[in-house]
Amino acid sequence: MDAVGIDIENLPVAYNGKVALHHASLHLTAGTICGLVGMNGAGKSTLFKAMMGFVRPASGRILINKLPIRSVQKQNLVAYVPQSEEVDWNFPVSVHDVVMMGRYGYMNLLRIPRSSDKSAVRQGLERVEMWQMRDRQIGELSGGQKKRTFFARALAQQGKILLLDEPFAGVDVKTDRMMIDLLITLRQAGQIILISTHDLASITRFCDQVVLINRSILAHGPTSEVFTEENLSRTFGGSVSDFSSAKECVLNKTQTFPHPSLPSGEGTRF
Amino acid sequence: MDLVQWFAAPLQNEFMVKAILVSALVGVVCSALSCYMTLKGWALMGDAVSHAVMPGVVIAYVLNIPLAIGAFVFGVGSVIAIGFIKSKTRVKEDTVIGLVFTGFFALGLVLVSKVKSSIDLTHILFGNVLGISDSDIMQTLIISVITLVTLAILRKDLILFCFDSTHARSIGINTVFLYYVLLSLLSLTAVAGLQTVGIILVVAMLVTPGATAYLLSDRFDHMMLIAMASGVFSSVMGTYISYHIDGSTGGCIVVLQTALFIVAMIFAPKHGLLARAKNSRTVGE
Repeated sequence: MDAVGIDIENLPVAYNGKVALHHASLHLTAGTICGLVGMNGAGKSTLFKAMMGFVRPASGRILINKLPIRSVQKQNLVAYVPQSEEVDWNFPVSVHDVVMMGRYGYMNLLRIPRSSDKSAVRQGLERVEMWQMRDRQIGELSGGQKKRTFFARALAQQGKILLLDEPFAGVDVKTDRMMIDLLITLRQAGQIILISTHDLASITRFCDQVVLINRSILAHGPTSEVFTEENLSRTFGGSVSDFSSAKECVLNKTQTFPHPSLPSGEGTRF
Repeated sequence: MDLVQWFAAPLQNEFMVKAILVSALVGVVCSALSCYMTLKGWALMGDAVSHAVMPGVVIAYVLNIPLAIGAFVFGVGSVIAIGFIKSKTRVKEDTVIGLVFTGFFALGLVLVSKVKSSIDLTHILFGNVLGISDSDIMQTLIISVITLVTLAILRKDLILFCFDSTHARSIGINTVFLYYVLLSLLSLTAVAGLQTVGIILVVAMLVTPGATAYLLSDRFDHMMLIAMASGVFSSVMGTYISYHIDGSTGGCIVVLQTALFIVAMIFAPKHGLLARAKNSRTVGE
């Protein structure tokens, strides 16, 4: 009954008049952690935008859980965790306020929380160990706590698809481990998690699948098969420094997921 | 003259009672909206729209329809024009805003100069709250009710829209609708502000109280209350002061608002200059 899945077929996406992504096709099934790898401007965020319904594809189709995007939005199916740089941390809202925003889609016009909303917020905050910090203004948090706050919002939203944009940038070891543990738990619960990142090391740690993007989807499949030197060199084009780092990562990927004991910050980042 | 006299004497005049009540009301409404303007980063947009409503106001005068309607058409129209020019040409957004609002404003000036009849240019430019007519009061009242009710109903959606429109859209909230709601309210309150401080200074009413409150609070609801309090205080005291010194009412109101901002900027407990200097000293030790 619960048909969790993403079906993207032959999707050209134009953004600001330019085609950002050619003929993207992608199928993901329940219980997957999928890494999205590519350079800046390769089309990672465009793909996210298409899944959230922000860019209307000229042709092709995109279905999530067999539903068109409009219904996906109404059912709060896709939860998005933004990059830290995208958030106005001086905004006068508390941690609790932010997590409650994850519940707005379930509320009436005035957005008055019911007990189910309150308990979902509390659970989300407790799962990332942020309940004690709920009354803090978001700018008063550390990098990891900021990330966990938005992660809690996604948890409170109870979406089936989780989109994470650079989730491991600038977080502490504790946050890093906590998020990986949570992602693995969510995968077991049948959710689909898509992680857009530059951090190739984090991909090999726990992603079962990888999508390589460079203006179109170059390769998609199990991490161990797709993460080859040849594929990565196509993904990163002529960028020599990116490629050499990538190559290093391929050579070191003797162990794949799940490997939460490896602290972040030692990974390859560009 | 003692303090009681200072406050009581002007109230002997009916026009002063009206002026104080109207400017207080406008202070509340503009301040409420100013919180969203400052958080959304719409100060320039506020400036543009408040100037661009001018031809609409003049045309509405001539056609004898509510000023708010003319202002609404030209306020929203200017933003559509800005969006259109920005997307169709290579000119940068701030340049487009600058040229569109001055173009509209200039058109308004030409219209005023050609349809002299009952319109006084200085009243539009600098406000005329001491001589406000009953129909203008009624109009301000209607605008105020519409604005405050809309802000109350859409409060949480608008906060989310200002804070994280990506998330808002992803859960099916119509952000285009919210954008035009905010824009429409901006055009309407520009008319309300126009009555008290005039078209040139109305942007101060739509920005300064929010900015002052932003320095004093880390919670939206507190920010809203502080903004409204500072807005009402400035409006009422500004009107009194202008009466006593026989000076520009709009000028007095905005000078007071700016003074409050400066006080907040220096003395705000957490985000003020003194607190910041103290913090950086503590960190340095």
